[in-house]
Amino acid sequence: MTAFPWLTILTILPVAGAIFLLAVGGRNKNFARWLALAFSFLALALTLILWHNFNSAFGGMQFQERYTWIATLGVEYHVGIDGLGLLMLLLSSIVVPIGMVASWQIQERVPLYFSLVLLLQACLFGTFTALNFFHWFIFWELGLVPAFFLIKLWGGPRRTSAATQFLVYTMVGSIALLLAFLAIFLATGKFDFIDLAQLAQNGQLMPAVIAKLSWHRFTPEHVALIIFAGAFLGFAVKVPLVPFHTWLPAAYAEAPTGTTILLTGAMSKMGLYGFLRILLPIFGAEMQVVLTPLLWLAVATIVLSAYAALAQKDLKRIFAYSSINHLGYCLLGIFAVVKFTGGDAALTAEKYAAMNGVLLQMFNHGLTAATLFWFVAMLEKRSGGLRGLNDFGGLRKVAPVFTGLMGIALFSSLGLPGLNGFVGEFLIFKGSFPLVTWATALSVLGLLVTAIFILGILQRVFSGPLNEKWTTLPDLTTGERLALAPAIALMFALGLWPQLVLGVIDNTVIQMVQQLKF
Amino acid sequence: MTWIVQNLWLVPALPILAAGVSALAKQRNRMFAASLAIGSMAISFLLSLWAFAHVLWLGSQGEVARQVVNFRWFQFGTEWLKLGWMLDPLTAVMLLMVTFVGLLIFIYSVGYMKHDENFTRFFCFLALFAGAMLGVVIANSLLLLFMCWEIVGLTSYLLIGFWYANPKAAAAAKKAFIVTRIGDLAFFLGMVWLYAQAGTLLFYDGGAGCLEHSALLRLVAQTTAIGMAASTGIALLIFCGAAGKSGQVPLHVWLPDAMEGPTPVSALIHAATMVAAGVFLIARIYPLMSAHSGMDIALTPTVALQVVAWVGAITAVFGAMIAVAHYDIKRILAYSTISQLGYMMMGLGVGGVAVGMFHLITHAFFKSLLFLGAGSVIHGCSGEQDIRRMGGLRKLMPITFATYAVGMLALCGFPLFFSGFWSKDAILHAAHTWSVSQAPFYMGAFGALLTAFYMTRQVYYVFGGKSRLAATSHGLHHASTPPHESAAVMTIPLVILAAFAMLLGLIGMPAWPWLQSFLDDKRATLNFAAFSNVGLLAVMVSSSLLVFLGLGLGWWFYGRKPIADADAPDELGQLQPRIFAVLGHSFYVDELYGATILRLNAWWSRVCDWLDRWVWNGAVQTVSHLVLGFAWLDNFFDAHVVNAGFDEGCQSVSRGGQVLSLLQGGRVQSYLRTIGLALITLVVFLLWGARG
Repeated sequence: MTAFPWLTILTILPVAGAIFLLAVGGRNKNFARWLALAFSFLALALTLILWHNFNSAFGGMQFQERYTWIATLGVEYHVGIDGLGLLMLLLSSIVVPIGMVASWQIQERVPLYFSLVLLLQACLFGTFTALNFFHWFIFWELGLVPAFFLIKLWGGPRRTSAATQFLVYTMVGSIALLLAFLAIFLATGKFDFIDLAQLAQNGQLMPAVIAKLSWHRFTPEHVALIIFAGAFLGFAVKVPLVPFHTWLPAAYAEAPTGTTILLTGAMSKMGLYGFLRILLPIFGAEMQVVLTPLLWLAVATIVLSAYAALAQKDLKRIFAYSSINHLGYCLLGIFAVVKFTGGDAALTAEKYAAMNGVLLQMFNHGLTAATLFWFVAMLEKRSGGLRGLNDFGGLRKVAPVFTGLMGIALFSSLGLPGLNGFVGEFLIFKGSFPLVTWATALSVLGLLVTAIFILGILQRVFSGPLNEKWTTLPDLTTGERLALAPAIALMFALGLWPQLVLGVIDNTVIQMVQQLKF
Repeated sequence: MTWIVQNLWLVPALPILAAGVSALAKQRNRMFAASLAIGSMAISFLLSLWAFAHVLWLGSQGEVARQVVNFRWFQFGTEWLKLGWMLDPLTAVMLLMVTFVGLLIFIYSVGYMKHDENFTRFFCFLALFAGAMLGVVIANSLLLLFMCWEIVGLTSYLLIGFWYANPKAAAAAKKAFIVTRIGDLAFFLGMVWLYAQAGTLLFYDGGAGCLEHSALLRLVAQTTAIGMAASTGIALLIFCGAAGKSGQVPLHVWLPDAMEGPTPVSALIHAATMVAAGVFLIARIYPLMSAHSGMDIALTPTVALQVVAWVGAITAVFGAMIAVAHYDIKRILAYSTISQLGYMMMGLGVGGVAVGMFHLITHAFFKSLLFLGAGSVIHGCSGEQDIRRMGGLRKLMPITFATYAVGMLALCGFPLFFSGFWSKDAILHAAHTWSVSQAPFYMGAFGALLTAFYMTRQVYYVFGGKSRLAATSHGLHHASTPPHESAAVMTIPLVILAAFAMLLGLIGMPAWPWLQSFLDDKRATLNFAAFSNVGLLAVMVSSSLLVFLGLGLGWWFYGRKPIADADAPDELGQLQPRIFAVLGHSFYVDELYGATILRLNAWWSRVCDWLDRWVWNGAVQTVSHLVLGFAWLDNFFDAHVVNAGFDEGCQSVSRGGQVLSLLQGGRVQSYLRTIGLALITLVVFLLWGARG
């Protein structure tokens, strides 16, 4: 509610950085790297200011800016953040510097690389702050462009097909999403998320859509479901949900590791953010209709991807599948919340727990997955690009600090209490179990298999006799240790004191859950 | 509330802090790390003593001996999740045991690990373990207990895999973590279920805790889909966690492999404390385990407790049978531990908290004594662990032998002078009076016979006869030094533990059941008349006879004539080679799991990978190929039908034009020629017509 346009400035800042970098970056690689990093830190500082000024007692939209843009179409420039948006902004501004540092050794077209990263960051900020479909969708789609080129130009041997698959796949989902929203716009004349959520809550949205769109051959229920399916597909591909996930392992594995960090740490949250900001408030009722298959998809996402991770030999592919698995828990929590809409106080408490868990898990997964891929990047730097599960062995002997710190990140991913991963998973399971008992009970299998492949990494890469090839593998340098320290410290901090995040998002969660009346 | 209750959190926090500091300190500061760990443990021990005295004092004042401190951890929705710690007799006894045994083993480790290059890491992990274990003990919240429980599992993993360069150690560490995690995930589900039903995970919270009357009433009233009370379902799920940690059948497979860790670790974690955590957990949630509808405990035991008793009884016999046929000194003790943990569970199931806990406490002392003794033997024999290659150590390591003998007799339950006798007898007596079945009693008695037998076998192999070490040295590290007694830093803890292994029985004798009444919050009275109880006396006499029988059989097979040759076959093995082989392979349980569960798991992971590569991705690829194919078809139609047709039309027009254009060459001569030709043709035609 401040007059100062914080959010617009936050979004413009990386764009300015990207342009500046392209203009003056020139040939000095280090200058370009440091300049980009400086901009990302500036964005982090801005986000921290927002975090500091955010009124957590009031869970609704804050720092709003709203201007009429195209009056005839009802398009407004409307930005604002609640606890969810704020958390995602913070996560993006933490993940982007990590991605930059992990890309430090990139040698080709350095200014271009880093300006694309900054552009990607701007799109992330835009997506997480926009409240009007029009410019939200622009950011959502525009984000694909830098990501595509980052994979295509700097990726691994099969980068072209991976990048194309990534782009086309996501684009198909986006088109479905766009069509769904055009249908809604035709019926209601509105693009604003808050207004649409309001309509949906009052039960006016779908009747209006059905009344205006005379698709005679379909029953009203089917029209609503078709529109929901379109929007759903857009987000399900992005998260991703099995079976819409096949672009992910290829894209994560082929992208340069610094880019993978951005994809998994921040971009994968765009899909979940869409679920929370758009699907839940606007399509909650339709979601409830098809809840059972959705729950099974979530369980399949959790279990199948964990098992698929177990079969991989490439560290990046393992972590890629592990990412799908971790986000599967978020989907389980989201779907569990729409199971009952009654006002039973005990069930409402479970929904609060699940929803808080989902938000916490999104943040934790971003932090942990980014850090894990960062370790992979450091390992690749030392091994000349090798990152197979069986390429190493006994590294703890020569790189004890590396092993120790990566071990902490691995155990955070495994959900060890005391580290950040645990609290989110506990809250999701605690909330989901009474709501959707069997799906939750089956999902526990994912936790077990995660432990198996995480310990498999520790066993094969770091334990056993030292592989002759790596007797001179250097341990972490002081610089690397210092760079890693904040990430590791944050893992401990959130594991021991989750109130740090939960205290800020809790009122938003209460509002989100209370809005679910349909 | 007094200072010690308010600050009880210091007991686990100090070792954890010590672990944190030594993790960040330089690897070279060996003595710093060791003294930090030992110092923090000593302070924790003193605090535990204080806490214990406080509970005693409260009891003597006739006040409620349970004191809790709860605090807010985080907020979700409109409520706060609270954690807390408590001080009650159960906590006080466990605190004292863990800190005391832990302290002795820390000191012992200074000697045992002296030459290890990762000495400081070792103490860091040990201290972290101790802190987490103490956290389990003081937790007043199932969630806090679970968190500490998992960290205990982590440290167990780190310490089993301490010699990480050895692939067997790395594999054993992974196996331990995963097998216990299978149980832990059931525990986790039980915990979230309990949370949903009771609305809290605090054990005691001024009447609102999940182990208190109102919550239990609700839990027994709820029935699940399969007609089971919610309390039973939750209790059984939590018991899975306890079974995993405490090595109960069928989740026992990790414990023998865990012996790959350094011996002090085996003593502290895999004998005295961590594996007992499962037993402690059941003791802690005993009100839930025994919750009856109508709350009358006197009738038949609950389903949950019956399961505990049966699993315990099976484990007790199972472990003891396998221990008969092994040759690795530590593996024998590991299977013995499994068996004894079975006794504890059985004690909880048939007799109650005090019965199980009494054996837990006495076992902690004599089993850590045995493990440290084994460590001293291994140390003295330069790393040899095969009992066939030992022998004759009685004279070479007298202190180790004497203390080991005490531990062995305590484990066997040698009558009257050894603690194991009293605690095992309490279990057998309770099993004898169990209303459900007599089978656990007979299983327990058979286990007692086997225990006496395998321990006698082991002692004769290790300490009797002549040394077979030099004769059979085959490796690089053997025979360099003859077997020798260990240093004082290792033997003094042995002597102290031996003293406790004998004396501790005094606190739980039927005549003066101090521990039992302490745990039940009553005052003990000296009453020798208790011995005159007919059933009790009969059980005592018969179990003593079984112990003598076991010792005698052991002597008959292994002591009568000294074992001369390391390669000589086992006497019992010669008698029953088939059974002996089955036992020697631990009933082939590992092989069974390898052939079924592990294979299924690997197969399923390959299936998922295959699904991903071919089905999901295949569907996408098919769609994309369809799109590409359609595009190609479209292109083909464009190029060859539409375009070609158009081109053909254009070309025929232009060809026609070309042909016609020949007529319009613009050359007068050709025009004249054509005119001439045409004129001639015309003339000929006309003439032809005129003729006719």
